[in-house]
Parts: sequence; C-alpha cells; structure tokens
Amino acid sequence: MLSKKEKKLIREIWERLSPVAEDIGADALLRMFASFPGTKTYFSHLDISRGSAHLSSHGKKIVLAIAEGAKDISQLTVTLAPLQTLHAYQLRIDPTNFKLLSHCMLVTLACYLGEGFTPEAHAAMDKFLSAFAAVLAEKYR
Amino acid sequence: MVEWTEQERSIITNIFANLDYEDVGSKALSRCLIVYPWTQRYFASFGNLYNADAIKTNPNIAAHGTKVLHGLDRAVKNMDNIKATYAELSVLHSEKLHVDPDNFKLLADCLTIVIAAKMGSAFSPDVQATFQKFLAVVVSALGRQYH
Repeated sequence: MLSKKEKKLIREIWERLSPVAEDIGADALLRMFASFPGTKTYFSHLDISRGSAHLSSHGKKIVLAIAEGAKDISQLTVTLAPLQTLHAYQLRIDPTNFKLLSHCMLVTLACYLGEGFTPEAHAAMDKFLSAFAAVLAEKYR
Repeated sequence: MVEWTEQERSIITNIFANLDYEDVGSKALSRCLIVYPWTQRYFASFGNLYNADAIKTNPNIAAHGTKVLHGLDRAVKNMDNIKATYAELSVLHSEKLHVDPDNFKLLADCLTIVIAAKMGSAFSPDVQATFQKFLAVVVSALGRQYH
C-alpha cells in the first residue's frame, strides 16, 4: 500500500534519475550479475561486461520503464501491459529474479543518493518495485 | 566449509574497520523496523515505535543496533568458523527470542543499504557481492540451531 506522499516521493526520485538512466540501470545490472551469477544466464546473447554498449542500453531501457511506471502508479497495469506480454511469452524470466534486480536497484539508489536515500524513501521504493514486479509477472500464468 | 579468498577477507575487514558501529548499527536496525514494520513484533518492550521519527530516535533501538554490529564483529574475527561462533546466538534467537529466521535476511539487506549509502561508489558490485556472501554465511549460521 502506497500513500500519496510515497507515490510523490517515488515519482520525484525517478524524475531526477531519468537523465542518468543508463548509469543507474547499468550499475544495478552489474551488481545483480556480480551477486547473483545465475541471472547472467538470461543475457548469453549480449555483451554484459562493464562499459559495454549492450549493458548501457539495456540498463537505460529498464530504468526508463520503471520511471514511466512511477509517473502514475495507479495505472501500472495499463502502463506495463506490453511489457507484461513480452516477459510472459518471450523473455520468460523466472519472476524470482525480479526480486534480485529490485534489491540491486535499491543498492544502486543508496550508493547514488547516500543519506538522501532515507528509510522512508527506501520503504516506498521497495514497495513500488515489488508492485512493479508483481504486475510484470501477471500474465505468466 | 566456507572458502574465503584473501581479497574477500580484506574487503570484509576493511569495511568493518571503517565503521562507526553505533551509527551504522542503529541506522540499520531502525531502517529494518521502518521498511519492514512487521519486524517491530520483536521489540514490543522497547518503547515508542509509533512512527519513523520515533523509531529513529528510540535509544533502546539504537543500543540494540550497536549490540548487533558488535555481534557481527565476532563473525569478522572468526570468518573461518562462523557456524561455531554463532551456535549459542542461534539457540538464543530460536529458543528464547523466538525470531523467525527469515527476519535475519531483512536486517542483512538493510545493513547492506546503510553501508552502500555510506560508501557510495566505493561499494562496488564486487564489494557488494563479497559483503552479501559474508552476510549470507552469518544468516545461515544464525538459523542453524533452529529445530
């Protein structure tokens, strides 16, 4: 459950980070690959080494999708409909991995925002990313 | 048996050598109670946990957070024998405190975030992976004596 205050906080954070979507996204992905090597299996067709073009463009894609969802959280199911289909029928990423990326995204935010990543912001963001992941997995079965 | 490379050992000892245990301990525990409010169930006798500000300024929570960090220090000093080092603590958490072992991971994640916020880019993906490996061993050892 997200309060109005939390939705605003989330929207503002992602607005701030959209200009550096590539850096944020690539950082979160690199953290996930380092801590949870099993996640690399979904990227065998890409060059996911630090600094690679694939990593940047993929990271950017993910962060911009999250930022888009953050603009109107009450409309997540509508906003994510195409991505739901993509993940369910084509990518078929095991949804437990969404938790792993969410965790790494939180770490990236903590490194980037420092003390600015307050417990309140952390709680709101964790709830948002969980909701985002749940919606993303809705068409799986 | 958990294997640690020289690099992993030095990463862990360096992180803890540069930590203010009181500051980080209280921040990590209060963050856990704020981000995962159901964990407050274990702290009913600690006084006012009514909202985030109350939690952040609660002296009992701060003291307990410090205690937890000192407990982690024991694991850092006994990295090759964390399971044995924590056997008694595990029994305590199971038999006396009745803490659901799933909660250990929640606190571990909050500690990771607090340290990431402190260290910024120095908390690189590899440092994070090593730190998480260490915390996973700690969490496992704490849950070991539950039955």
